Formats: sequence, C-alpha cells, structure tokens
Amino acid sequence: MIQVVLKIEDLKKNYGKAEILKGISLEVKKGETKVIIGPSGTGKSTLLACVNRLVEPDHGRVLLEGEEITSRNAHKMRQKIGYVFQDFNLFNHLTALDNVRIGLIKVQKLSKEEATQIALEQLSKVGLSEKASLYPSQLSGGQKQRVAIARALAMRPKLMLFDEPTSALDPELIGEVLSVMIDLARSGMTMLVVTHELGFARTVADEIIFMENGLIVEQGPPALIFSNPQKDRTRQFLRKLTELYGEERIK
Amino acid sequence: MLLKGTLVTVELTILGLGLGFLIAVPVSFAQVYGGRVARLICSLYERTFRSIPLLVLLMLVFYGLPQIGIRFAPFVSCVLGLGIRSSAYQSQIFRGAILSVGKGQTLAALSIGMTPFESFRYIVFPQALRFSLAPWTNEFTIVLKDSSMAYALGVVELLRQGSYIISTTYEPMVIFLTCAAIYLLMTLSANKLMGYVEKKLQIPGFETKEVSH
Repeated sequence: MIQVVLKIEDLKKNYGKAEILKGISLEVKKGETKVIIGPSGTGKSTLLACVNRLVEPDHGRVLLEGEEITSRNAHKMRQKIGYVFQDFNLFNHLTALDNVRIGLIKVQKLSKEEATQIALEQLSKVGLSEKASLYPSQLSGGQKQRVAIARALAMRPKLMLFDEPTSALDPELIGEVLSVMIDLARSGMTMLVVTHELGFARTVADEIIFMENGLIVEQGPPALIFSNPQKDRTRQFLRKLTELYGEERIK
Repeated sequence: MLLKGTLVTVELTILGLGLGFLIAVPVSFAQVYGGRVARLICSLYERTFRSIPLLVLLMLVFYGLPQIGIRFAPFVSCVLGLGIRSSAYQSQIFRGAILSVGKGQTLAALSIGMTPFESFRYIVFPQALRFSLAPWTNEFTIVLKDSSMAYALGVVELLRQGSYIISTTYEPMVIFLTCAAIYLLMTLSANKLMGYVEKKLQIPGFETKEVSH
C-alpha cells in the first residue's frame, strides 16, 4: 500500500474577517510531487505555512505520516518538513556551510564533524561545494535558494514544502533552482510546491491543484488540467499565465 | 589629581552603562515579545525616562527620594540616575536592533525545528548584537560625557576635581581645557575600541558604517 505522507483535513484560516482558507483537504503520498497553482492572494502560501504551523490554523487537522501536527509538537514535527521560502531567508550572519549545518548541530545535536560532512554533501548536491565559505550576501539569488534547499534537505525531511521558490529570482536564475527541484522530485522526495512555473509542473507534477479564494477549484493530473481543464476559472487562469510567462520555460 | 577624577568618571560611566544595560535588555524584550500589558508598562517607562533631563533626575534621586525615606550616597545616586536614563535609551537601541533582524530569519529558524528560544539565541541575537553596536557606541560616549553632571551632587569626578584645582591655581582656561582634552581622549578611545569590536564581528556584505563624534 502506498503510504500517505501528508494529509490535510478541512483546513480553515481567517485573518480578522477575511477568510483566507475555507476548508482545504488534500493528500500527498510518498514520492509524489503535487503542485498548487492559483492567483495571488488565494491562500496558497498560508496553506503551506499552516502545514508546519508557522501560521496557526483556525480549524482542521494536518497529519504527517499519520501523526497530527499540533502547536505543541510543532517544533519536533518541523524537523521532518523541509520548508523553502520565496525570499530564501538564509541566516545572514552565517556562511553557506553554517546555514546548512546549524540545524544539524543545534537541533539534531549531531557532532560537528558529522554535521559538516552531511552539509557538504548537500551543498554538492545543489552544485555549490565551492561556495561553502561564502556569506549569503556574497551569493546570487539562485545560489541562495539552492543553499536554502540544501539547508532543508540536510535535516532529512519526509516532506518538502516550496513556497514560490523562484518568484523572487531573475529569469536567468530560475532554471538552476528548478533543475535542483526536478532532480529532487525524480529522486523520490515527497513534495508540495506552490509555483507559477507551469513547465516545472508539467515535467514532474503527479497532480496539479488549482486554488482560488481559499478553496480547491480543480485538481487532477497535469495532462488533464493543462489540456482539458473542466472548470472555466482554471482555463482562464492558465491562459493568463501563458500570456504572462510564455508557453514553457523548461523541458 | 585629575587622574583620580578621571578614574571616578570612568567608574560612573561603566557602572551607569552596566546598570542601563541590565535594565534595558528585559525592557527591550518585553517591548518586542511581550504581551500588551508588558509592552505598555515598558513603553511608559522608556518614554518617561527619555523625557526627564538628567539633571532633574539626579536631583530627584538625591534630594527627592530621602523625603520618602530612601537615601543614597551621591555616587550611588549618580549611577542610578545615569543608569536609569541610559536604560531608556539602550532599550530602544536593542528593540530597534531586534526588529531590524527580519521576521523571515525567525521563520526560517523555526522551519528547521528550532524552538523560539533557540531561534533567538542562535539566529536573531547574533545579528541584533551587530546592529546595536554602532548606536550603542554612541550611547557609551553620551553617558561618558553626561557623567560630568555628577558635579551637581558633589561627586568628585573629573570636572569637580578640575574645579578644585582651579580654586588653588586660578587657571580656569588651562584646567578646563585639560578636562576637555581628557574627555576627548576617552571618547575617541571608546570609539576606537568599539570600532575594532565592530570590525571583528562584521558579516561580509553587511557592513555598518562607524559612527563618529
């Protein structure tokens, strides 16, 4: 039986009177990559933040491998969930290497040698072995995001969440981050990705989820969503994205 | 003789700054992380003591408090006055420094499984410390110079020691200029020292400019 890694049940979140999430349920199975698309301000990022309790949801449950994530066990559960932010959020006062290994040393209490070895391994996986001693401000946006991915992977997460990982990048730097993510998806990592990169979605997604106004409008395999969306809203949104970004950026 | 006065000035400065630091750290914490009541109380404290002139504060401590039965020696009163006022300013330095470490840094720290305390200890604090160095150097020199107000309570620090000498030598220009030179020298050394610390702790690409006086 295929194992369900992430299960979200009827998640709701309000900010004051504004209903951001109106009841979202979804599942991600082991090794799957699911991509969430949708107009901005529809709660995609809030949904990801609610999964690892960076934002406290008002209603609903989130389960990681069957264990519910609550505000009480959040910091333990977050170790098993890699989170990649839109604006990288590398620790500014630490080198690339220290960014990757600080969680191993301070949170997982590994020895320095062990942590360094794992960190260097992860940095080489994202192609940045030579940049290990540089500080975030000395790296390009694409390099920063790759370090951020390495930082998340070093903790050996069961699940990776990506919150528009390429939206803050110059167009010519997007490819290097996406190719790391594609490799990751193909290596069998379980991933939930919010992105506008339809090329990426088409290449690796097992399922596309179209969200609008705090609800899932439509979901299905990329072939179906892209070529024959069932809902008008999905069709309109995809047309708009295609106009904005061109047909496809990566193969 | 002036040297003895200088020593008292240095003592006043260090003790005043130290006391200010000890009060300022929890006050700034409460202002950033505290609940509504704690924030309100700390803001009130900080506004009040930033608004009272140091001389008035010193008079209140030394002459006012004995009326309600609290009596301090002149030196202690000065340390208290300098410390309390400095704590109000230092709390704002630390509050600003903590806030200037972006929210994203904390979110990222939490996202790799750090507890809120660990995020502060390993991620926010090391960066806030660096942000606070330049304004803190400024505060250092302000307290150093304002310690001369201890004169008013009869503490024999640099300035009063100078005026004692003048009463026997009748050379106010020379003596006060010497006092001024000693203040200048101390301020410059303090700046130099803190500038060195700042350089030591610098994050490549995150340089802050040294504050000069």
